[in-house]
Amino acid sequence: MKYLHLIWATLFRHKTRTFLTLVSIIMAFLLFGMLDAVRTAFDSGSKSLHGVDRLVTTSRYSIIQSLPKALQTRIAGVPGVRDVAYANWFGGMYQEPKNFVFSYAVSENYLDIYPEIQLSPAQRKAFDDTRIGAVIGEALARKYGWKVGDKIPLQSTIFPQKNGDKTWPFDIVGIFTVAKGAANGMDQLFLLHWKYFDEANAYASHAVGWYVDRLQDPQQADRVGKAIDALSANSDHETKTQTEQAFSASFAKQLGDIGLIVGAIMGAVFFTLILLTGNTMAQAVRERTSELAVMKTIGFSSASVLGMVLAESVLLLLLGGVLGLGLAAVLAPVVTKGSGGMVNLPPMGAGSWALGIGLMTLIGLVVGALPAWRAMRLNIVDALAGR
Amino acid sequence: MRKFKSFLASFGLILLLIACLVIWTRLPLAAVGVLLVLLVLWLAFTRRGRQTLSVTNVGISTLGQRIGASSVIVIGIAGVVGVLVAMLAMGDGFQATLQQTGSNDTAIVLRGGSNAELNSVLERDNLSVIAEAPGVARGPDGKPLASAEISVVANLPKKSDPTADANVQIRGVGDQAWALRPNVKIVQGRRFKPGLRELVVGQGAMRQFVGLEVGRQLRLAGQQWTVVGEFVANDSHDSELWGDTQTVAAAYRRGSSAQSVTVRLTSPKAFDTFKAALLADPRLKVDVSTTREYYTKQSERLTKVIRIVGITVGVIMAIGAVFGALNTMFAAIAARSREIATLRAIGFRGLPVVVSVLLETMLLALLGGVLGGLVTWLIFNGYTASTLGSNFSQVVFQFKVSPALLWTGIKWAMAIGFVGGLFPAVRAARLPVSTALREL
Repeated sequence: MKYLHLIWATLFRHKTRTFLTLVSIIMAFLLFGMLDAVRTAFDSGSKSLHGVDRLVTTSRYSIIQSLPKALQTRIAGVPGVRDVAYANWFGGMYQEPKNFVFSYAVSENYLDIYPEIQLSPAQRKAFDDTRIGAVIGEALARKYGWKVGDKIPLQSTIFPQKNGDKTWPFDIVGIFTVAKGAANGMDQLFLLHWKYFDEANAYASHAVGWYVDRLQDPQQADRVGKAIDALSANSDHETKTQTEQAFSASFAKQLGDIGLIVGAIMGAVFFTLILLTGNTMAQAVRERTSELAVMKTIGFSSASVLGMVLAESVLLLLLGGVLGLGLAAVLAPVVTKGSGGMVNLPPMGAGSWALGIGLMTLIGLVVGALPAWRAMRLNIVDALAGR
Repeated sequence: MRKFKSFLASFGLILLLIACLVIWTRLPLAAVGVLLVLLVLWLAFTRRGRQTLSVTNVGISTLGQRIGASSVIVIGIAGVVGVLVAMLAMGDGFQATLQQTGSNDTAIVLRGGSNAELNSVLERDNLSVIAEAPGVARGPDGKPLASAEISVVANLPKKSDPTADANVQIRGVGDQAWALRPNVKIVQGRRFKPGLRELVVGQGAMRQFVGLEVGRQLRLAGQQWTVVGEFVANDSHDSELWGDTQTVAAAYRRGSSAQSVTVRLTSPKAFDTFKAALLADPRLKVDVSTTREYYTKQSERLTKVIRIVGITVGVIMAIGAVFGALNTMFAAIAARSREIATLRAIGFRGLPVVVSVLLETMLLALLGGVLGGLVTWLIFNGYTASTLGSNFSQVVFQFKVSPALLWTGIKWAMAIGFVGGLFPAVRAARLPVSTALREL
């Protein structure tokens, strides 16, 4: 620590070079911050803190096939299952097709099974009491400026009403917030009553899209899942039960291997960055050769010279990296807004920061290693003689 | 006053830079060729040009001594071009796959307001009305070339990760489907027989999912189905499994309804007649579009997102690379300052110095651009990937690294080289001769 001012001074002795290198580092970590936020958002469904005690039961053959409602009581009877809710895909859109709304028709106890959906008791009661009521996530409410009390017509891309009308009227009776650590996108949900949906839709079939089963003990997930699937084995509606995390992970995976794409881009970026900062550090040490020799002459040990050069490169990386990540945190909401919902950059989490700072230190050590080694091995006589 | 002047000069330089970049991005290939010829003529036949050439020669011949620093420019720009071209190739590949699926002389009819086949339902009595509409071509047997189709999604394990299921699209097609889509060819086995639980599998789907080889049995909707053939369509149908409409509908309890009707038109011009007839029919409430329009629309959103992301990433990386190049070139100028000052002292003017530094940087940038493009082409051209399409099922597509994209990459590389070289070049030319000579 006592050498900090010395390291700082050497770092900024060649201002232009340090500034130019810093900008490159800032850009690399700006990119890292944004892309890593995207990657974690895709993973979040499978890493959500909530939902470890939930199973999802869908049709074994296809996500679009529905299951009979009668299954609910039978699943509830499986030992280890605390309660069972169900939902159906509504496929809503608001005014035009590009305004897609994630909307589910849900059973009465759906909100009980999802404690991370936080709704005030008064609004919850209003939802229970209103047949055409709907509760929405705060992010969705903000997006369209909807308020409690608004009447919102949603069109379903799939289900017309009995009278052939595809526009369904809803009363917004509640706006919920989502607890920390919940799956990404939950605050965009639009929840309506399954009962209203089932009675009014032209293909009323008393069928549900999927069941959500809450467990008494998360450790039992495997056994309970198998027992639930056994209920419908060899029937015409065989089911597949998996943990909620596995269910959302398989969804994210179908979109494409986001992790691989992000990894490939960042690989290219960091490889270039190592080359670039490595070059800067090599230059910096080379032009200081005689100074380093003087320092060694007046008694700095070889180890402390090594340490100082390493510290200089790590400091350079940390300086640029933290600025870059900070810039990413500021820019992400701007990009999201600017693209008009086309690109949705989630805010950066603590995990991204930790990974980023780890990477900065690592790259700093890697690029500093060779110049530092050279500085340590410096022969005083040769260096002072300029050989 | 002097400070103000130099500020004004820098400001002018930046304006010039922006103007150059704007023009450069819009420049067609032919104009670039003309510029190149002009440059070569200038280099060869004017005095200044020959001076430039000799200064450039000195710079390039000493590149070997600065190999580490110079490779920062080359590798940095190769990285930018590589990532940019790969992302754009992904978008183009996806778009091309879907656009090829459609044509202007076939039309698709869906229930009104239902964007994708998966959401659409057409009742049985509507189907024959649509098939008999004016503008529909007829086969040699006099029957209209129309196929009522049903599209469902099934869960199958993927080869890349057999523990995870992915969605595959199963299309039930009518008897006329083969005549409607002449590009679909059976390459192995035979066509399915109507009425039997038989499927033919697209090549892309077969490669992607487990257990779809010809002769294999699979369970769909609780029933045993047999794969009897493999087909190649070279478009998005390659990601599908085809069976007989009625058999698929029965298995998925869809009764006698279908989801879409695809018809062959007598000519692309007949589309307007066909559409007008269907829209005027009081029995129908449908959306009519040519298949080209339909599939293009399906690829639009994703292609746009990929393009935005690709260009954003490219711009950020390019800024990083510009500063890397600036750094390298400033260092190179500093190392050669005595030599440049000597040249100025013996009568070389500023212009040859500026142009020679620019030429050197842009040559390195060109090398980087070519390298990046080449590596991307080698790795990604024809690379197969898949994503979730708008029918909620996997669409297999291939990356397409086209010459046009490679050209875009080279253009980016040259732009980065230009920006990275301009400022050091101007500094080199402005170097006060006396102080530079006294240094060292």
